[in-house]
Amino acid sequence: MAADGAYWLGPAEWQAVRLSIQVSFWATAASLPLGIFTAYALARWDFIGKQLLNGLVHLPLILPPVVTGYLLLLTFGRRGPVGEALEQWFGIVLSFRWTGAAVAAAVMAFPLMVRAIRLAIEAVDPKLEQAASTLGASRMWVFLTVTLPLILPGIIAGAILAFAKAMGEFGATITFVSNIPGQTQTIPSAIYAFLQVPGGQEAAGRLVLIAVAIAMLALVLSEFVARRVAKRVAGA
Amino acid sequence: MTIQIAIENRFEDFTLDVAFKAPAGVTVLFGPSGSGKTSVINAVAGLLRPDAGRIVVDDWVLLDTQTKHNLAPHRRRIGYIFQEGRLFPHLNVRQNLLYGRWFAPRDARRESLSRVVEMLGIGPLLERRPAALSGGEKQRVAIGRALLAGPKLILADEPLAALDEARKAEILPYFERLSEEVSVPILYVSHSSSEVARLASTVVALKAGRVVACGPPAEVLGDVAAVGARGTASILRARVVAHHLDGLSELSTAAGALWLPQMDVTEGQTIRVRIAAQDVILSRARPKGLSALNILRGTIMEIRYGDGPGALVVLAMGEDRLIARITRRSVAEMALEPRQTCYAVIKSVAVAPGDVGRGRFTQTAQ
Repeated sequence: MAADGAYWLGPAEWQAVRLSIQVSFWATAASLPLGIFTAYALARWDFIGKQLLNGLVHLPLILPPVVTGYLLLLTFGRRGPVGEALEQWFGIVLSFRWTGAAVAAAVMAFPLMVRAIRLAIEAVDPKLEQAASTLGASRMWVFLTVTLPLILPGIIAGAILAFAKAMGEFGATITFVSNIPGQTQTIPSAIYAFLQVPGGQEAAGRLVLIAVAIAMLALVLSEFVARRVAKRVAGA
Repeated sequence: MTIQIAIENRFEDFTLDVAFKAPAGVTVLFGPSGSGKTSVINAVAGLLRPDAGRIVVDDWVLLDTQTKHNLAPHRRRIGYIFQEGRLFPHLNVRQNLLYGRWFAPRDARRESLSRVVEMLGIGPLLERRPAALSGGEKQRVAIGRALLAGPKLILADEPLAALDEARKAEILPYFERLSEEVSVPILYVSHSSSEVARLASTVVALKAGRVVACGPPAEVLGDVAAVGARGTASILRARVVAHHLDGLSELSTAAGALWLPQMDVTEGQTIRVRIAAQDVILSRARPKGLSALNILRGTIMEIRYGDGPGALVVLAMGEDRLIARITRRSVAEMALEPRQTCYAVIKSVAVAPGDVGRGRFTQTAQ
């Protein structure tokens, strides 16, 4: 497999690594604003259907990933109600594309992200936000100048957790967008594919090492960044 | 500058129903905890929306439930000093101080940072984070932050309650300076009658969600219905004559010399002294051979009886009133009657240093 001596990784493996990072990055980045909004709504607002929203957000954590993937296929597939509309109005096709893989990863990682951010928001004393409003800050400014800086460690932790989850997502991705090299074959799908063919162990092993390395790096990085931010926020 | 407040609100355990006018100066909302003081200023701040009410500063309507007019807290232009400071932990002292100023309209930025910093003595703290400040320092920064927001009205919710005695003594003078140097009206919540005596130009006494008395501090503190028999006190005006080497300060009042433990007030200044009614002993004749240093002469104006065994005897001393709380039995045995001359005996050490303050005489001597 490592026919190309210049690279430790074969082109197919390299492609899977790059695609995984691309998919996970966009899955995290694109869902972050919605994640913050959802976490804020769940932490601070009282509204009808709050428990329903809470359940919906956490559903992917409990459902078998294959079921989540299948539901995504039903909804966002080219024949699905949302997928059809997206294609008709915006020309966006998700099924069997890397964007679809990103959607699957985002959905699967969303509960973890929301949970981390929600905990951070619940730790912010609403009395500080009140104080800011008496000093003339509108709701938006209170959020931007008080709440957001104080929950930054939680946002970073949530984002890195989501990224790591997205990197490892397999079941929903393969069900929704299949396992197409260069399109939807992320590291876990690639490892699975290599293990299906004779002599694929070596390549799978290399990808396993990379998966472990990326996971470790993400953990260390999150710990480091969160600690620095927490220090800055706490004012020590 | 007058603030008109009328609020009705039902809480689970009690109903708040208050209406009063607060003139310029320091209006102290006075009462035991649970009497609704904080709810009143939270309603003024817009943090509590009462069931019914109207709040007007001069002719600027903050709240009118009849016309469904309810200004958002950030548009009310108030400076709120909270009991626990509530400084922003992620900002340093300078950024905390300037937070409200940033949102204030340009013409409201009357106070300069340097003047406020100088007045509160917080220059060396500017680059520090709140976590590195003591309780007293935090509270001084909180005062500065409220001032720099250019408020039309300052609200203070028991700003000294969370501090120990030494820190209280450190912060109170800043509030006295505030009331002297800043023209903005101040609504100040407190359950301490010594704070009332030192700061108030008007007192609104609350009990179980209702106003029980409203007026100048000497009047309200002398009202048993408002402050209870144990809390009854008088406020005497006294000029500091000299500080003596034996640790006492000599003051002169309309009724004679007053000797009190040494106080931190410059000679020649006129101050307020709060004297608890239960610390006063009465005598028909000028007593001799007594350890108490203070013997003030006055005329009995009125004797008030309550439900218990006690009675309040009000003595006139020039323009001031001194109230003594004695037993009915003593009143009978001494045959006290209005218009009699009487001597009041006060132990010097009965007057705590916290009960002595500069106050604002122009307001109370109406």
